[in-house]
Amino acid sequence: MSILMLLLLLAMPVLLSWPLGRYMTEIMNPSSGSGDGRIENLLKKTGGRMLDREQEWKGYLVSMLIFNAVMFGAVVLMLSLQQLLPLNPDGKGPLEASLIFNTAVSFVTNTNLQHYAGEVSMSYFSQLFALTWMQFVSAATGIACLAALSRALAGNTLVGNFYRDLLRSVLFILMPLSVVVALLLAVGGVPMTFEGAALARTLEGATQTIARGPVAAMIAIKQLGTNGGGFFGPNSTHPFENPSFLTNYLECISIPLIAMASVWMFGRITGRMRHAAVIFSVMLLLLILKSGIAIYLESTPAMAFKGLPIEAFSNLEGKELRFGPGTAAVWAAVTTATSNGSVNCMHDSLNPLTGLVPLAGMWLNVIFGGVGVGFINMFIFIIVGVFICGMMVGRTPEYCARKVETHEMKLALLALLVHPLLILVGTAVFASTPWGAGTVLNKGAHGFTEILYEFSSAAANNGSGFEGLGDNTVPWNVATGLVMLLGRYIPIILPLAIAGSMAAKKPVPETTGTLRIDTPLFAVVILGSVLLIGALLFMPVAVLGPVADYLSTSIQ
Amino acid sequence: MMNIPNSGNPGSMPAEALPGKIERRKSRNASIFEASLVQSAIGQSFRMLNPVVMAKNPVMFITEIGAVLTTIITVYDASTGRPGLVYNLAVLLVLWLTVLFSNFAESLAEARGKAQADTLKRTRQNTVANRLRDGKVTQVNSDELQEGDLVVVSVGELIPGDGEVFEGVAMVDESAITGESAPVVREAGGDRSGVVGGTRVISDRIVVKITVSAGNSFLDRMIALVEGAVRQKTPNELALTVTLAGLTLAFLMVTGTLWPIGRYFGIAIPVPTLVALLVCLIPTTIGALLSAIGLAGMDRALSANVLAKSGKAVELAGDIDTLLLDKTGTITMGNRQATSFTAVNGVDSRHLARVAMEASFGDQTPEGRSIVILGESILGGEAPSETAEAEVIAFSAQTRLSGLDMPDGRQLRKGAGDAVRKYVAEQGGAIPAELQAVVDAVARKGMTPLVVAENNRALGVVELSDVLKPGITDRFRRLRSMGLRVVMVTGDNPLTAAEIARQSGVDDYIAEAKPEDKLQYIRKEQQKGRLVAMMGDGTNDAPALAQADIGVAMNSGTQAAKEAGNMVDLDSDPTKLIEIIEIGKQLLMTRGALTTFSIANDVAKYFAIIPAMFLLAIPGLRVLNIMGLATPESAILSALIFNAIIIPMLIPIAIRGVKYRPLGAEALLRNNLLVYGVGGVLVPFVGIKLIDMLLSITGLF
Repeated sequence: MSILMLLLLLAMPVLLSWPLGRYMTEIMNPSSGSGDGRIENLLKKTGGRMLDREQEWKGYLVSMLIFNAVMFGAVVLMLSLQQLLPLNPDGKGPLEASLIFNTAVSFVTNTNLQHYAGEVSMSYFSQLFALTWMQFVSAATGIACLAALSRALAGNTLVGNFYRDLLRSVLFILMPLSVVVALLLAVGGVPMTFEGAALARTLEGATQTIARGPVAAMIAIKQLGTNGGGFFGPNSTHPFENPSFLTNYLECISIPLIAMASVWMFGRITGRMRHAAVIFSVMLLLLILKSGIAIYLESTPAMAFKGLPIEAFSNLEGKELRFGPGTAAVWAAVTTATSNGSVNCMHDSLNPLTGLVPLAGMWLNVIFGGVGVGFINMFIFIIVGVFICGMMVGRTPEYCARKVETHEMKLALLALLVHPLLILVGTAVFASTPWGAGTVLNKGAHGFTEILYEFSSAAANNGSGFEGLGDNTVPWNVATGLVMLLGRYIPIILPLAIAGSMAAKKPVPETTGTLRIDTPLFAVVILGSVLLIGALLFMPVAVLGPVADYLSTSIQ
Repeated sequence: MMNIPNSGNPGSMPAEALPGKIERRKSRNASIFEASLVQSAIGQSFRMLNPVVMAKNPVMFITEIGAVLTTIITVYDASTGRPGLVYNLAVLLVLWLTVLFSNFAESLAEARGKAQADTLKRTRQNTVANRLRDGKVTQVNSDELQEGDLVVVSVGELIPGDGEVFEGVAMVDESAITGESAPVVREAGGDRSGVVGGTRVISDRIVVKITVSAGNSFLDRMIALVEGAVRQKTPNELALTVTLAGLTLAFLMVTGTLWPIGRYFGIAIPVPTLVALLVCLIPTTIGALLSAIGLAGMDRALSANVLAKSGKAVELAGDIDTLLLDKTGTITMGNRQATSFTAVNGVDSRHLARVAMEASFGDQTPEGRSIVILGESILGGEAPSETAEAEVIAFSAQTRLSGLDMPDGRQLRKGAGDAVRKYVAEQGGAIPAELQAVVDAVARKGMTPLVVAENNRALGVVELSDVLKPGITDRFRRLRSMGLRVVMVTGDNPLTAAEIARQSGVDDYIAEAKPEDKLQYIRKEQQKGRLVAMMGDGTNDAPALAQADIGVAMNSGTQAAKEAGNMVDLDSDPTKLIEIIEIGKQLLMTRGALTTFSIANDVAKYFAIIPAMFLLAIPGLRVLNIMGLATPESAILSALIFNAIIIPMLIPIAIRGVKYRPLGAEALLRNNLLVYGVGGVLVPFVGIKLIDMLLSITGLF
């Protein structure tokens, strides 16, 4: 049953990603004769010269950073002034400064780490124009940057125009898809209203306030854009975000869809579809492994139930019964493979070893990953793998017909270092000080995992919470805010710099003596570099967190 | 090209007559750990502990810092009477050993290079030079010679420095450099004018113009390179160093954060243990062997009698895409034999044979002699005999003709069809229509047609047949599977060239090649992004040698050629290019393989150390001790000891290079991944377990 569920949940986005990848390529890189002149003309008219100028990688990055900085400022402003702004039927008050900083960073960086509960703190205006809007443009930033990387690796020193790419991906990729998904969700029972919270009288006669709002619009882009930030605090466990088994299915396939299609888009733009297929299969293999392990581990109940009559059942703690433990396990795997971060069960209540599954996904951050940026992260592992294995065929390593030399390796290693640096140093500082040790709800290995998870989620721009952590404090808000910023932009800037430097090189002819990047053997190379270099760095903390948690609970 | 005799490649000689080469071969084949070399390397390993020297190698530098830190802590702990002295001392010892093993690997590779260089140096001993200035000869020391000086060298004397024959012809014994004891002819002008300091004149007397000031010769530069005096990191080596430094930083982060994290669990992890984990995780294996691999690459090139001007050139050789090979002597045996005469335009075939013979009298090449022999066998008693008064017209690359001007005024010429046609036309003669058909017919058979002319009359065609070198087609097939394009360069006409190209299986050919054709071809290939290697000897090869990415000059060639190329082949063996490329590829493969091995080793080391480190706080971790190591201390020490002793154990691979087979990239990668990747994961599990068992026997841990 669970296996069937897994197949259904993963097969659908894989199938849909193929035509979507083709469509995205047409949008981002319109072939001259494809009749898209209309769209281009429209863009030119609206944007003028700003959209017309072809940029080199540096200019492209500068535009990207300026745009993101402006967006950050806008979100800070909207959140700070939400009590004065319209669309606030429930009269939500002002927010605390460090929470505003954290939330703004969180949504600009496509992380959606939420240290607040939406239904408690956010006005409809903030939800729609600060948060949902950012869910569109932060995802579009990822797609644009991948398009630029792909163009550079196809050999172009002019990598496109950031603003044009951004518009193209918001208007023609994210918008249409979100409308379709939002409509389906609304049909499935997700509310879409500007009315304030409903008041209901319960059977016992008590009055209950039921939060609602323009939910469907936000949930669609939350899943499609690998954002993960929900309307309500409990995210997709909440019945208004995810009412039924069917909406759960729809959301679960929306999560990896664009990230998967991004791989095909890379293949089409660079003209290396077989290479893209190799990378896609490595990612898919890791995703199936992760999901399979999660399903298996969640099929036994928590240790606390040992010897009790309900021992025969799966781990139902923290699960929504309308979804069941199987789908929850797959969701947990998928949402952390991609940098989505929405949850439909409580990750804190996963069996201790299952907790390793989402963590591993965020540590690697290359299993499809965030829209656009997932492949950009993988690019670093590809470069490192190509460099080491390229030597083993007796030539100066080459990738996409360009030599990989000292300059590229310098940048690649820096990019590789950032992610573990943010997670390990952050965890070390918070675990050894009251900032973190004082906020965990559980002691020992489980509490350590809570800290580790929070930093992993922030660095991977994932945004899911393990929870069990009092994380709306100034140190947490500031620290995770900084980690999200560094974890977002450095891994975009450095890979683009590498690709730009490679594009400027003279192409090398590909012969039988060249390391082939489109064979199953290369899949082994990539799998090896991801596991040996990516995973090895996190082995000690994995042992001290989830593994020790499992071992200490299973021994009692 | 085709008539240049193969001067540098004489027949076999008794082995005892080749002192230089034999000694160098010996230093290559000697067991890697030869006592005398090991001794000097051990001494050097300690001298290299100097942090200034170590800092060049980030991985080992970190290891040294770790060792120093552990030493300080051990002393402090001992002085304050804390427990764990034996363990601390053991960690300290193994850490220092790790650093020393790394230094040893580098010193050993250096010592081997030095041993080779020493044999070369012997040829550079100071000699007395007879400097010729203003018509007067003065005796000076050879190291006082300046560029441009003229020196007189007579029979039995050593040539005092690199230069060119300015005047005269002499036989020179170059065995000290090349190891081949058959003397070679060196003469002023032309492509055989280059002489090397330290070689001996064994006939006649020549005047040599010194082209390189003392201390600046090829030999000097080469010796400096092999000895590691001018150690510059090659581009790939630099990229790898950066990569290893990055990985080291990453693992520094992993171990560095464990200490505060340990405090969360209420454990104070001892610093020596943290250092042990760090040193185990950082890629010490490849870090320790990296310079040795590079030095050994230069050493292997030298063993193949190739002097590379830089390590970069050797490394670049592995990237070569296109190989320009001269047909004669490389693809074919080169001693083409005349097999028949075909007269045209009603000329008597016996007359053709007679003229062909006469035209060849001055031609000492095997082809020339074979024409004389064929003529004699046809004409018998009527064969002409040599006349001393005739003037020999030597072959030149420009006219591509040779022959004889007879005292009776007859001008006899032979050469390639187009060259003779041009000559006849210049003399005002007409070309018989039949000639081209005969030339083409011969060429189509893959044989070389030589046209013979008497004054302004083309008489007919001599058919020269050539034989492919045995195994050459196989060799080209392997080169192609490695992704190389082989291009044949020949003076033959296009038809002959096409046929030989087809038979030998080269990818392309340049027919009727003039020196500038090579240059153009190289430029064309480079425009397509290909890297080109070629070999050349003549002055007119110099531009092409300079243009090529790898230009190998023959030692027999001119100084200009040697200056232009980036390698010199002491054997002047045209097939050497292939060997050079293999050395370059092997160099990169060795680096990649040992890097992979080094990183793959980490898996087992984690399984040894991590449970041991936290066993006290989290007893459940004992299930991760899948190797069943005796105690936490012995687990950590075993991993550390394995990490150290793997360095000397891999020295043979670093120095000899990984096994090389000419296969396609896919097959090479598969083999190496299997051996060094999968092997790298598995081997340490066995090794660490074995060391742990040995340690338990001592009862100390």
